Amino acid sequence: MKTPRFLLPAATAGVLALTLSACGGGGGGGTTGGGGTDAEANLDSRGPITYVQGKDNSNVVRPLIEKWNAAHPDEKVTFKEQTDQADQQHDDLVQNFQAKNADYDVASVDVVWTAEFAAKGWLQPLKDKMAVETEGMLEPTVEAGSYKGTLYAAPVSSDGGILYYRKDLVPEAPKTWAEMMEMCSIAKANNIGCYSGQFKQYEGLTVNASEAINSAGGSVLDDEGKPNLNTPEAEEGLNNLVEAFKNGNIPAEAITYQEEESRRAFQEGKLLFLRNWPYVYNLATTEGSSQVKDVLGMAALPGADGPGASSLGGHSAAISVYSDHKATALDFVKFLIEEEQQKFFATQGSLAPVFGALYEDQELVAKLPYLPVLKTSIENAVPRPVTPFYPAVTQAIQENAYAALKGEKPAKDALSDMQKSIETAGAGS
Amino acid sequence: MATELGPTPVKPASGAAPVHHGPKGVGEDNKILSQGKWATWLLAPTIIALGIVIVYPIISAIVMSFQKDAGLDPVTGLFTAGGPAGIQNYVNWLGQQCAAQGGGTVACPPGTLGGQFWTATGTTFLFTVVTVAFETVLGFWMAMIMSRTFKGRGLVRAAVLVPWAIPTAVTAQLWLFMFDFNGIINKLFNVSILWTGSEWPAKWAVIIADTWKTTPFMALLILAGLQMIPAEVYEAAKVDGTTAWQRFRLITLPLVKPALMVAILFRTLDALRMFDLPYILTGGANNTTTLSILVINQIRQGFNSAAALSTITFIIIFLVAFIFVRFLGANVVEQSGATGKGKK
Repeated sequence: MKTPRFLLPAATAGVLALTLSACGGGGGGGTTGGGGTDAEANLDSRGPITYVQGKDNSNVVRPLIEKWNAAHPDEKVTFKEQTDQADQQHDDLVQNFQAKNADYDVASVDVVWTAEFAAKGWLQPLKDKMAVETEGMLEPTVEAGSYKGTLYAAPVSSDGGILYYRKDLVPEAPKTWAEMMEMCSIAKANNIGCYSGQFKQYEGLTVNASEAINSAGGSVLDDEGKPNLNTPEAEEGLNNLVEAFKNGNIPAEAITYQEEESRRAFQEGKLLFLRNWPYVYNLATTEGSSQVKDVLGMAALPGADGPGASSLGGHSAAISVYSDHKATALDFVKFLIEEEQQKFFATQGSLAPVFGALYEDQELVAKLPYLPVLKTSIENAVPRPVTPFYPAVTQAIQENAYAALKGEKPAKDALSDMQKSIETAGAGS
Repeated sequence: MATELGPTPVKPASGAAPVHHGPKGVGEDNKILSQGKWATWLLAPTIIALGIVIVYPIISAIVMSFQKDAGLDPVTGLFTAGGPAGIQNYVNWLGQQCAAQGGGTVACPPGTLGGQFWTATGTTFLFTVVTVAFETVLGFWMAMIMSRTFKGRGLVRAAVLVPWAIPTAVTAQLWLFMFDFNGIINKLFNVSILWTGSEWPAKWAVIIADTWKTTPFMALLILAGLQMIPAEVYEAAKVDGTTAWQRFRLITLPLVKPALMVAILFRTLDALRMFDLPYILTGGANNTTTLSILVINQIRQGFNSAAALSTITFIIIFLVAFIFVRFLGANVVEQSGATGKGKK
């Protein structure tokens, strides 16, 4: 009697585990696209929804949601706040979409995730009944929210690279890369480093390497999403960085720089030029320790013969195909991109608007003097490679660009390895 | 026992024979039986919970590892399920093969995760061997100090624990600041090393940070072992005129060995899973990618392939643990076996 009784719970547990694992197996294999039926369901349904976004550091989301809730008592929005780590936000969204969680109605999606999520069939195509007006938005932001010609995520905020420079040492900002390299003699005369971006092996290196390649007229992926790196333009672009490292125009320590390290170096007066995001402006002009407070200049990134091609940052709002109340979700997305909310994002959170007109708004420019420069930057921006295989593509770019910058292999070989790596990523079907 | 539970459980008293408490009444025996029943029901929730949180994920991961990752349908631009893959995922990792464009596989080019498997394995083992060696020696030394009686011993013990008490991610960030080009370490030693910028400095940075962080753990476990050694043994040895070195070699080492082996085993298994330190310090650049980092990076590119890789990692760690327990006598599982041995 004893044995069977003892075994009962164990057996139950075992069977339970097996059953569950059977489900798990199905779920694991079921990362299908499809989405056909899900994308057509609940289009007219209204009700409470949830908005998912990364940590609301500058407290812009909560006031907006309160405003919305006051006006829509029957379609309240709940804010689900994720961590402030982009990777963790990405993984959290993947898990919940994979589980077809109906509670993730509207999600804030980084521009580089759009293609992946759209290809997985998780995002509601914003067309026909669900269309969102993009008239007046800066073209690259719309491009970054689209996949295969269909808009999947409505641009909410944008971001682009800015060239910061020392007004006291450089009378006029360089327009091209060659001009900037010539001005490096000024840096040498003053015994400081000339130029830096972000060159540690991480996402920032993808940003910087793609900018170099795009600015020289090359591109990482062609229009069909196939890698296109074995070109003289791409080689010239990457070589610009490699050469600058070699001749010291980019100081050797820049190979360890992320955004913050490079900002500190610039603020301490150790750099003549810095490529970074708009957030630097506030800190460099207000922080007590900043050496460049009164001599901070801003310009568009230098390119081959005019403004360079910045990598595009920013976030878009996407509707989950599994949402139960898509009509409400759509209204909320439209609400987020209204001009009034865009202004609020800009003034409260220093988030760059997606409407071109706002960059000329006197009130905004007074508060955020970098807006005109940023507009040029974003207008010339190239979205980082738009591909559902973005994680593999960024890995390929980072690892090979890093090796090239350290002089471990020539730019040409690095690019051809990038090309091959990206090809294998897209071939696994 | 089981054979006696046939149709005639008439004389269950014989079942209790090994317990040499002398003859017992029927009531006592029922008590044992009902205790067993109770135990069963009390254990059941734990077993079910373990089944759900351990058995199920492991089986699920193994099932997934035999599936292909989702591929892209070139026409619709949507992902489609990959279907069964057999052992292809495993073959790809071990042979460092990546999918080729026209079907089939090619050797993984630099810049893919697949091309990093063996270097990551090597790096993981390098980190494990070096950090555990440092931690054992330093930990032993710290434990010897802590086991002495002196004024302020409590304070020293508490202070030693501080690095262990700080979350690893915070530790890593602190060390990242210190290893910065303009950081304290370069300033202090008046050098200009790019700690995270090339291979060996980056590896040393990880090793130094890990040693700093986990030596206290080692020290504590060894300290527990040291305190089991009765003071009389040392006194007797002193009377016999031994030197300090002899006492250490002939008394301390053999007597502390069981605790030491368990400590080394724990640390080794822990170090083989190392993730946060190199991930934050170097992002896996300059050949500091460990197997765990590789798994996490792969998860973003395809779950099923990542499942295969984590299964491989699991097997590697399991083998190491097995070797430890089987051949090096790190007796952590079979506590009862150890006492049994003593009886014989």
